[in-house]
Amino acid sequence: MTDIKVTPLGAGQDVGRSCILLQMGGKNIMLDCGMHMGYNDERRFPDFSYIADGNLTESLDCVIISHFHLDHCGALPFMTEMVGYSGPIYMTHPTKAIAPILLEDMRKVAVERKGETNFFTSAHIKDCMKKVIAVTLHQTVQVDSEIEIKAYYAGHVLGAAMFHVKVGNQSVVYTGDYNMTPDRHLGAAWIDKCRPNILISESTYATTIRDSKRCRERDFLKKVHDCVDRGGKVLIPVFALGRAQELCILLETYWDRMNLKAPIYFAVGLTEKANNYYKMFITWTNQKIRKTFVQRNMFDFKHIRPFDKSYADTPGPMVVFATPGMLHAGLSLQLFKKWAPNENNMLIMPGYCVSGTVGAKVLSGAKKVETENRQVIEVKMSVQYMSFSAHADAKGIMQLIQYCEPQNVLLVHGEGVKMEFLKQKIQQEYGIDCYMPANGESAYIPCKPVVPVDVSLSLLKKEMALYDTVGAPDPKRPCRMHGVLVMKDNVLRLMEPEKAFGELGLNRHAIRFTSCLQLRLPGSASRAMDQIQLILNSQNTNYPVKPSEEGVLNLESVSIKMESTDKEDRKSMMISWALQDEDLATWIMSSLRQVIV
Amino acid sequence: MKIYSLGANPNKPCNILNFKGVSLMLDCGLDINSALHFLPLPLVASKRLSNLPNWIPKDAQDAALLDGELKECENRVLVDGPIEILPPQSDIFDICDVDTILLSNHACMLALPFITEETGFKGRVYATEPTLQIGRLYMEELVNYLERTPKSQRANRWKQVIQSLPPPLSGALRPNDWKKVYSTKAINAALAKVRMVGFNEKIDICGALTVMAVSSGYSLGSCNWIIHSGYEKIAYVSASSTLTTHPRPMDQVALRNADLLILTALTQTPVANPDSMLGEFCMAVASTLRSGGSCLVPCHPSGLLYDLFECLSVHLDNIGLSQIPLFFFSPVAETSLAYSNIFAEWLSSGKQSKVYLPEEPFPHAHLIKNGRLKHFPSLHAEGFTNEYRQPCVVFCGHPSLRFGNVVHFIELWGNHSNHSIVFVEPDFPYLEALAPYQPLTMKIVHCPIDTSLSFTQANKLIRDLKPGNLLVPDVYLHPPVSAPLRSDLVIQELDPPALGMKSYQVLQLPIKRKQEKVHLDPALASRLEPIQFKTGLSASTLTGKLDARDNKFTLKVLNEEEGGTLYSAAERMLPRHPWGSVDTTQLLHLLSQHGLLDARVEDTPRGVVIHLPREDTVIQLEGSNTHVYCHDEALRRTLRDILLQCLPCL
Ligand SMILES: [Zn+2]
Repeated sequence: MTDIKVTPLGAGQDVGRSCILLQMGGKNIMLDCGMHMGYNDERRFPDFSYIADGNLTESLDCVIISHFHLDHCGALPFMTEMVGYSGPIYMTHPTKAIAPILLEDMRKVAVERKGETNFFTSAHIKDCMKKVIAVTLHQTVQVDSEIEIKAYYAGHVLGAAMFHVKVGNQSVVYTGDYNMTPDRHLGAAWIDKCRPNILISESTYATTIRDSKRCRERDFLKKVHDCVDRGGKVLIPVFALGRAQELCILLETYWDRMNLKAPIYFAVGLTEKANNYYKMFITWTNQKIRKTFVQRNMFDFKHIRPFDKSYADTPGPMVVFATPGMLHAGLSLQLFKKWAPNENNMLIMPGYCVSGTVGAKVLSGAKKVETENRQVIEVKMSVQYMSFSAHADAKGIMQLIQYCEPQNVLLVHGEGVKMEFLKQKIQQEYGIDCYMPANGESAYIPCKPVVPVDVSLSLLKKEMALYDTVGAPDPKRPCRMHGVLVMKDNVLRLMEPEKAFGELGLNRHAIRFTSCLQLRLPGSASRAMDQIQLILNSQNTNYPVKPSEEGVLNLESVSIKMESTDKEDRKSMMISWALQDEDLATWIMSSLRQVIV
Repeated sequence: MKIYSLGANPNKPCNILNFKGVSLMLDCGLDINSALHFLPLPLVASKRLSNLPNWIPKDAQDAALLDGELKECENRVLVDGPIEILPPQSDIFDICDVDTILLSNHACMLALPFITEETGFKGRVYATEPTLQIGRLYMEELVNYLERTPKSQRANRWKQVIQSLPPPLSGALRPNDWKKVYSTKAINAALAKVRMVGFNEKIDICGALTVMAVSSGYSLGSCNWIIHSGYEKIAYVSASSTLTTHPRPMDQVALRNADLLILTALTQTPVANPDSMLGEFCMAVASTLRSGGSCLVPCHPSGLLYDLFECLSVHLDNIGLSQIPLFFFSPVAETSLAYSNIFAEWLSSGKQSKVYLPEEPFPHAHLIKNGRLKHFPSLHAEGFTNEYRQPCVVFCGHPSLRFGNVVHFIELWGNHSNHSIVFVEPDFPYLEALAPYQPLTMKIVHCPIDTSLSFTQANKLIRDLKPGNLLVPDVYLHPPVSAPLRSDLVIQELDPPALGMKSYQVLQLPIKRKQEKVHLDPALASRLEPIQFKTGLSASTLTGKLDARDNKFTLKVLNEEEGGTLYSAAERMLPRHPWGSVDTTQLLHLLSQHGLLDARVEDTPRGVVIHLPREDTVIQLEGSNTHVYCHDEALRRTLRDILLQCLPCL
């Protein structure tokens, strides 16, 4: 019995820097390598020194990245190029395509706008991505002779995946971020009954059971419509890829239906590029979009045009999608500074904001916000939080547990208090253990492995043949299996004792017994044998007794031979058996004695 | 293990493998060669075709019976009727018993609606997403072409006099089993049964087998299958290619060390090299265009076509013919081109890296954007007449030349010697395909491109993979009919010899199962007390309850009360397995300790016999055999325990 050890280096009772060290079967696996958007100091990156001082290649067997959000992959170039790691890194194809763009975007903001030094470079990002091995959904990837990983669809964002990691007979599912309800462009997360030892689940919305999606959408559209009607400007801070596309689809169809004229801008520079990813990875979107993409690609927008900086001061209503999503830098922050003092305007935050960011401050109701250069902004515009972030809510998390039937659950990527609530719920509802280690704290999860054994087909067939005599397996009459388990060089094989002796190079010693059995059975000797056969077979259908040609009854190694003649009422029989059928012989003798007095 | 052959064309395979009680159908190919016996179906009535004379048999009675069903064109006899096809034949295996169908690529699945919709099939079907989508396009195109030009009257009478007909019609294969093509409804129903799989995704079949698709390099999403029982490995290799074209390369490592390798769908053009043929294709098209003529390229709507677009456009650029328009006609043209852009994960790494930029993986996306490549569902589609100008290159189906837009273009261009028809698809013998159009003045160029394994590549592959046994279509063991002297165009001799699979036959395969996987419940495992014999070798007896569910076995702890009717707990003795031999002195010592003092030892030629006269008991010791004759049950048990004390036991 070996423990599985899980240590969050980030996302332990926290949202904002997913990085989990998984240790099982002597292997070390890193799940995600995210950065914290709320910090500018060393707390931004996970503490890799926990794993090793200096180069990590020796200490880690592989790194798995769940999706392209920076809180899941933002520290990857730092880790591989600056700390040093040259082992394998796995992610899905869309993640591999999109992650470097977001990393580059973030790098520019950090280095060029904030003037940070000691940050990774563009070349670092490129070199880092060269180490990435792209995987497809459900593909079984053999990392080495012992580690096997498999990706499942997670919804959340384009290319997001959950990973099933197997080492020997133990396995863990890591969800990354996931979404259990389909949205306008992605499908719902799905996993099969893989029964892992541990399910490591995100728990961003551990306590929320969110109102129906449709209500939220209607609410969102009404608010945008109202603001535009009164001539206000709507700012929607988003990340370039993800929620942005879903909201665009939503507004595009609404604008079409209501015949609205106010302009919608998408201000990321990479709009077209971003949408191109969706067009080319259309197999990762939901059923409806995939079905219709030949006739109409949902990501060719009619109403949504690219934004130019000069539009910021244009009078009149408009809707602008701007990056980044947490208002911590870039264009979204610039527009916010400009539009915040006007009460006609509106800010809609469609996703979660990490504490410390301007977004988080505004959301918590701050009316005055200080930005990086000590500038104080007065917030008069209306601020709306619309949860469009595609995370599973409590119901979804419970549903996923039902899907994959884990032996234990471990919660990460959530707030401690909320986790505690969900933990109670999981323990109550499913009666399984639930863990929630903090950052730097290890959870040791005991596991009972099921040991696979090779059994010789002849032995198995013998047992199965006994089954067949009674038809379907009868739960009350278990199929008893006996053999010798030979353990040779860590391979376990169950075989007939005779074979095992051969395998072990031993000379089997055969012990046989012969006893005389006297029973009152008047009449002919052959009738007496028929009677014995009848008695034995009526008491047990699993082991039918068969007479041989010489009138000897045989069952396994047991033989019963009549010694008396027809005339004697009390008949003598010789019963003979081998040691391994001791039980059977004992049973035969006692049942015959019971019936025939 | 058995294999059943349901078809006669190794390139459109359909076989059923029976293993471990599971029946797997390997591919579901549809041989459309029967179409060549029919007259072409033109979109607009063709004067020439309708004026072809009736074929006159020698026997006047036959002539009356045929009633104009057969027409003659340049000494070829052709059937005038709706086109019929020979689906896989299931007379040797009941399709109801098929558990699973595994599809390898779009070209080997076109019979699926016949199998799933007309036979009572109840199982599951597996294919990759591109195979499913492209296979759908091929089926839809086929049905669309045949439905667009319906012929009401079925032509069946000729089948009664088939022996008296001239070849090749007289040699038509099983004409009485020919059927009309399926409907769109049947396509949808059949494809709705397909479950999509990824490469290297392990799929459980009835709990007994695991199957896995691995890339075969032949077309988008094309695969070979690994079938595993946990001990025995079978590799099923269908159309595969080791050449570098647009799909993901062939995964050969996964196929290694199989107990059985089933190899089919090798090249249909064993004497032509695909690379040089591609070069010839470009040259032939260029030379026709240079002389002011247009080119007609009969083709399927996907696969090779993408490579043709890419190579030809580059070639035309190089020789300054970039302005020549390329036309692609197919009812599924738009869908085919759209799908080619979204299968990034199934492409060669070169094409894949373009998607990362993100740019369309195939250059034809660019050709469409700048107007060089134009596609239309048919000749009558809106906009075509405005775009049409010559010289041009026209890509259209069907390569059998019996239906589709190609029929119209041959009728249109056939009498002009400056135009040419360029054959690239290997599925149909081109001269037979052309038979109903003779005499023809347009130039005929034959440069078939088949990227599937050649015999040389196949023989090398077999050497590398080292399978325990090899099974191939029987025809691969003899030189091809077209080149009987080319003894190099066969599967080379092996040890053990390759097994030949004959059409419509059953073959017993020499694969014997020896082991099965059982899982030990942790509770049972913790009870084991193994004896170590040396480092890395130990053993223990094991008694448990065998739990069988969905062909998966678990050994659990056998509870005392679960002994069933046979044993009462008190009488139970755990089975023990002694080895070695009994030391007589030790035995006598133990007997005396138990109060058995009257033992008398007698030497025999093979050992000793110990008599206990008072107890009427004899113990016979002969090396590794001991026989106890004792009629007192209590004493017998004592003796048993004494003997086990004298011997080491498992
Ligand atoms: Zn995320």
